[in-house]
Amino acid sequence: MNATTIREIDNTANDPTRRAVLITDQPDFAGLTENVARVAEARRPPKAWYVAFTISVFFFLVMNMAIGYLIWEGTGVWGINIPIGWGWAIVNFVFWVGIGHAGTLISAILFLFRQKWRTSINRFAEAMTIFAVVCAAVFPGIHVGRVWFAYWMFPAPNWLNLWPQFRSPLLWDVFAVNTYMIVSLMFWYVGMIPDLATFRDRAKTRFRQVVYGFLSLGWRGSGRQWHRYEVTYLLLAALATPLVLSVHSIVSFDFAVSIVPGWHTTIFPPYFVAGAIFSGFAMVVTLAVPARQLFGLKNIISLRHLENMNKIILLTGSMVGYAYGIEFFIAWYGGNPAEAFVFVNRALGPYSWAYWTMVSCNVLFPQLFWFKKCRTSLWVMTIVCILVNVGMWFERFVIVVSSLSRDFLPSSWGYYKPTPIDVLTFMGSFGLFFMLFLLFCCYLPMVAMAEVKSLLPQAGLEHGPHRGHGQYWGEIPHQHNGETE
Amino acid sequence: MDLKAPNNVPNEETPKRLFGLLAEFDSTDSLLAASVVMRDEGYKQWDTHSPIPIHGLDEAMGVRRTILPYIVFLCGAAGFLTGLLLQWWTSSIYYPVIVSGKPMFSVPANIPIAFELTILFSAFGAVFGMFALNRLPTFYHGVFNSRRFTKRMTTDRFYVSVEATDRKFDRVKTRQILEAAGSIGVEVVEETPESRFPEVVRKWALPALLVVGALALIPPVVTLRARSRTSETTRLQLIWDMDQQPKYKAQSVNPLFADGRAMRPQSPGTVSRGGADTDDLLYRGLVEGRWATTNAMPINEILLKRGRKLFDIYCAQCHGLDGYGRGPVAVRAERLQEGTWIPPLSMHEETVRNREDGHLFNTISNGIRTMPAYGDQISPKDRWAVVAYVRALERSQSASIEDVPEDRRGELP
Repeated sequence: MNATTIREIDNTANDPTRRAVLITDQPDFAGLTENVARVAEARRPPKAWYVAFTISVFFFLVMNMAIGYLIWEGTGVWGINIPIGWGWAIVNFVFWVGIGHAGTLISAILFLFRQKWRTSINRFAEAMTIFAVVCAAVFPGIHVGRVWFAYWMFPAPNWLNLWPQFRSPLLWDVFAVNTYMIVSLMFWYVGMIPDLATFRDRAKTRFRQVVYGFLSLGWRGSGRQWHRYEVTYLLLAALATPLVLSVHSIVSFDFAVSIVPGWHTTIFPPYFVAGAIFSGFAMVVTLAVPARQLFGLKNIISLRHLENMNKIILLTGSMVGYAYGIEFFIAWYGGNPAEAFVFVNRALGPYSWAYWTMVSCNVLFPQLFWFKKCRTSLWVMTIVCILVNVGMWFERFVIVVSSLSRDFLPSSWGYYKPTPIDVLTFMGSFGLFFMLFLLFCCYLPMVAMAEVKSLLPQAGLEHGPHRGHGQYWGEIPHQHNGETE
Repeated sequence: MDLKAPNNVPNEETPKRLFGLLAEFDSTDSLLAASVVMRDEGYKQWDTHSPIPIHGLDEAMGVRRTILPYIVFLCGAAGFLTGLLLQWWTSSIYYPVIVSGKPMFSVPANIPIAFELTILFSAFGAVFGMFALNRLPTFYHGVFNSRRFTKRMTTDRFYVSVEATDRKFDRVKTRQILEAAGSIGVEVVEETPESRFPEVVRKWALPALLVVGALALIPPVVTLRARSRTSETTRLQLIWDMDQQPKYKAQSVNPLFADGRAMRPQSPGTVSRGGADTDDLLYRGLVEGRWATTNAMPINEILLKRGRKLFDIYCAQCHGLDGYGRGPVAVRAERLQEGTWIPPLSMHEETVRNREDGHLFNTISNGIRTMPAYGDQISPKDRWAVVAYVRALERSQSASIEDVPEDRRGELP
């Protein structure tokens, strides 16, 4: 494999007189296609892939066993009880849904903002979204107790003449998360059609040719088809943007629409959305750093891409930090003793260990990204991003568990401890996520080739009256008589 | 391994048909230039092919803006209406449930779902609308017969394809136009009938579809049949939940007992409810089989006060506080004129006055005509208290001057 022969070129320098090069080795279309497609076309994936896949499948099986045991025995096998009726299961649900939002943000919102650098990571971030939403959907499904009646959540005529309670945020969640799943899946798939056609045309076995041919729907790159395709892409991006914002707001309504102190606050929707973007980008970086190394994509997912993502992580992390501060302010300013107590309790009560983990991981460590050396160092960014994900899990834990453990009536206070089944189910969900993700890396186009090509010099879209998709104004060594890289 | 194009590439023996010309270009600029020429020359059955979308190509080709955004808007509007309609109809019309006095059609609470359905339907409109307008999937197209095309179209080359069915198509002239526009190679593309679909597919596609369609109809038909009929057997269900309970029910066989019965006889000494109430007078108002003529309880002020309290609670709504039978329930029932009401007796009628205490007790306990039985609501001793109070009421409406104590007769008018 020539994965390691690609040099790491540092394109993070900021020169106001010209745009930075995004695809560092400036390949031509054939080179780029080869670079991306060979990952899926290799006879065998790299050894590290096998190791990671085996571990993932193992954890996936662990999750299945834990869920089987849960369904057989009942939710008593978890640590939930009165007063803390929502434990790890709901924390995990919000955690995974939040991670999923970054993919849609990269695909949709950065598209609307014309951020060209998104093209290297959008396919893989959207895949991460789909798999994260799959993991997220597992938890509300299994936490209902009588899982075989889960279909009651959907409005369908039945012999009981019963309909779900549409005024409940738990039901809004059903609609929101399902809509998000379906729309993300469609957006991801539609984006992949031209790249699947590339795989079809490069296929070396009849089987691959038929499968990719079927999936690419006979795409032939027709100009007329591209016109409608581009309009569709824009419309989906425009639809996915309010979708992202609304889905996590609706997830936050699970808490905000209740009356529990510490939950019943209007800051939750924007706070949750910022937190989701924060944790999602951290997960993208955590995945991108090893993936670009392992699969030879260092020139496509360059240091500048990682740096841009780290800047967004810094921004959203600061927003989350600000939200923590403002919550305290409002609790004091609002004069509600129950709410004031909740926040003091979070910082100083029995869950203070979780609270301070959350604050340090979410607010303190990302501040390292103010320093260029930190946000361009692969090790620092990976560690900080892992810590961010840990911190964001703890944030959901603190919100859910600490508020429930001590609410209005002191005689009802309690302490929640997860059981081994809780822990195994959560660890297992990582197995599911990575298993799906590794399969994606191995069989589907990891990078949006058609979109990245628009950024390359061969697209010729940088001069002449027709400014193209890429609006690329970088250096083309063999054409310009200026400096070369 | 040199694979064939997705469908058979024609060779010398198979009957061939001319599909058209395919011109290859190696830059977006030359493609754009060629498109402008093709458009201006008046060609209609032609297309460009490229691995990337090229802005400006739409104008160069003369492609009209798509109507897809309008389709998406309509789908979105449909989604919004569906969301509202679903929630309104189920919550206000079909099965309204009062939740904390909230309005039946709570619009603010209905917005999240309506919003999500708007987005969902819009996305369906965008994606499936695009598929429909783009005629996707189209697994076969004439250009796939060209190996030059399938090798490099999705990688790094640009193409213009002109179909032979175009009115302006001419093997020589069209080729000249394309080469003049900057093509690096123009190829004649031929296809065979086989190229479209292999024999197997063409012969069996329709029958297979019909079979699958017929099979797919079976579950809904079976379901609808079952729903529209009654059945003597229990219904089939996937989840048995608590239907199968390992316990013995009445009238069933239980092999654990010698007589094989699940129902066991009473053990000796079992007393039925009310079986220990042996005092006929107290519990049934009877003395030697006849109605008791005196109250079972000693008459005193405590008993009468209790009787008054209970009378006012249980009896006055029909019989009135004064016992004349003009309680609010009776008055309203008369006004309603529904034809099912029997007016309550006045306590002061001769018939009631002449009734024995035990008889009154029995009426209170077991009810009569439209009057319900109060035996379950009032204990036996309390019922005797009510009987005592009724007698006191009767006395109050038929007293003579001798009933008033001497020292108080002066108070009367």
